[in-house]
Amino acid sequence: MEQLTAFILPAVIIGILLFGFFKGVPVFDTFIEGAKGGISTFFNLIPPILALIVMVSMLNASGALTVISRMLSPLTGVLGIPEEVTPLCLLSPLSGSGSTAMFEKILATYGPDSLVGRVASVIAGSTETTLYAVTVYFGAVGVKKTRHTLFASLFADMTSFVVAAFTVQLLFF
Amino acid sequence: MNYIWIALIVFSFISAIFTNNMQALSSSVISAGMDAVNLCVKLLGMLCLWNGLMNVAEKSGLTAKVGRLLSPILKLIFRDSKNNPAIINAISMNVTANLLGLGNAATPLGIEAMRRMQQENGHKDTASNDMVKFVVLNTAALHLVPTTVAVIRQSHNASNPMDIMPASWVTSAVALLVGITLAQLLQSQSNRKQSGVKGSRAKQRTKTVQKPSHAVRRLQEK
Repeated sequence: MEQLTAFILPAVIIGILLFGFFKGVPVFDTFIEGAKGGISTFFNLIPPILALIVMVSMLNASGALTVISRMLSPLTGVLGIPEEVTPLCLLSPLSGSGSTAMFEKILATYGPDSLVGRVASVIAGSTETTLYAVTVYFGAVGVKKTRHTLFASLFADMTSFVVAAFTVQLLFF
Repeated sequence: MNYIWIALIVFSFISAIFTNNMQALSSSVISAGMDAVNLCVKLLGMLCLWNGLMNVAEKSGLTAKVGRLLSPILKLIFRDSKNNPAIINAISMNVTANLLGLGNAATPLGIEAMRRMQQENGHKDTASNDMVKFVVLNTAALHLVPTTVAVIRQSHNASNPMDIMPASWVTSAVALLVGITLAQLLQSQSNRKQSGVKGSRAKQRTKTVQKPSHAVRRLQEK
């Protein structure tokens, strides 16, 4: 399983390079020329990422997430989301490393084949770090007004929490 | 983004007072600076690597091939960019990386797509319709095989680490559909807002035009 996963990345890289090579592209020079473009993007990205990370780590350290999940527990109950998964739902749009840690904690506490563990697995597998993606993509090109992006993507995230809880109950329990 | 940022920071501060976590909060701010730089440096390597590989793929015609493969679907979603193959190709590279579960590659490839959309964008500080849809697409996970999750499940001795796959597909698909549909539906509304008069008059008008709650309006105003 892990070995198969490990195959994908090198295979894709070699595929791209070999395809270029056989098409007569000067692979090395073309690579270097393209790679330079990454540097300017990098400088655009530092400030927005810093702003995001400061916010997320403050949220984490202050215990605010526990407070919010307690406040939300009536709502999540109605939607069929197990209470134990709420912290993961809150973290998953905010922080990739944070939600991975939370996911591991849930699996360790409740077991991967429990209802809670399964719902958490589906959520972890079908959501991305929304705020990070919005920050990085718009930050990289300098767009300030993101219009309805956040609303649409956070709504999609909420949808996936509800659908995850529903499908897991339907398929496994 | 403005509102969310300030609101969550203030909320953290208040929670820290009540939960007696001020010391932890204070040290988290300092370590956050370090974390941000670490993350950016990690990203720099990936940015350069994938920009380089993208350039090779572009020159060899590989991106055009991938683009042609995915363009029937992508042209349905990205209607404003459908006659711009450079954008469609870059988007399809990003989508392919996402499908393969190569998160590290998807971000740099996606940034390239954003840059191409920005070139066609009339208002440089405002997201175009296709940019919004593209980012929404990227905030929903598109993985064919949720490899990271399966590996973690395996490490916790799941009976079958991959058995969540069908549920995961359904969930991603529904969420993606909801996200893109919502992006499409809200598009004309936030367009109207933009073409409106700047300042308080425009704000007043959106207040009356828009039915959704305050929270919704605030989110849209970013």
